[in-house]
Amino acid sequence: MNTAEDIVALKSIALDVNDAIDAVGTGESGAIAVFLGIMRRDKNSEGRELVALNYEAYGEMAEAQMRQLVADARGRWPISRVVLLHRTGVVRLGEPSVLVVVSTPHRAEAFEACRFLIDQLKALVTIWKKEVWGDGSTSWVDGPGK
Amino acid sequence: MKIRLRMFAILRERSGISEAEIELAEGATVAIAMEQVGRRFSTIVDLLPRTAAAVNLVYAKPMDRLHEGDELALIPPVSGG
Repeated sequence: MNTAEDIVALKSIALDVNDAIDAVGTGESGAIAVFLGIMRRDKNSEGRELVALNYEAYGEMAEAQMRQLVADARGRWPISRVVLLHRTGVVRLGEPSVLVVVSTPHRAEAFEACRFLIDQLKALVTIWKKEVWGDGSTSWVDGPGK
Repeated sequence: MKIRLRMFAILRERSGISEAEIELAEGATVAIAMEQVGRRFSTIVDLLPRTAAAVNLVYAKPMDRLHEGDELALIPPVSGG
């Protein structure tokens, strides 16, 4: 039941949460769970301020993985619709880098499916972020590894 | 046989290469290909123990065999979200 209305993609422009919520509404869904990952203020050990994150993806694989995660979630919960979007390129303070919106008949499965999608995405999907510091220096974020 | 190599993020930056064609012996495994990549791009050798591999867009195991025309991607620890 992987419906044509699911929206799963990498985006190089700002993510719009209201558009995503509009896209998952159906007559059958009594619950919509929304997760946004936001670029937060941070300092490194030398006291430099984080000013942006720059995201790179292995796009063909990442989008295939994201579609597979949505298919897996659909196998576990009675999902009406999903929007799963991740940014590439520069994301600044307060801007969303990832957006997960899930509609289901009832709230429990909306929360569970939303949590599953963001956790699996962070663990598996081929996306990397580089920190851009106030002095212009950069550093790749070291993920937990294979 | 020839395969297409792709590298991303810190591997791409350190090697200076995002894509390359590499020549491997018939029946070479992912592990053999990664050893060969390490010899050719010495600046990434220290990263390879924590690097995963994907073949044709799917995560692969070290002992998986490669075939002519495969796309082998070297995947540093992911950090999306």
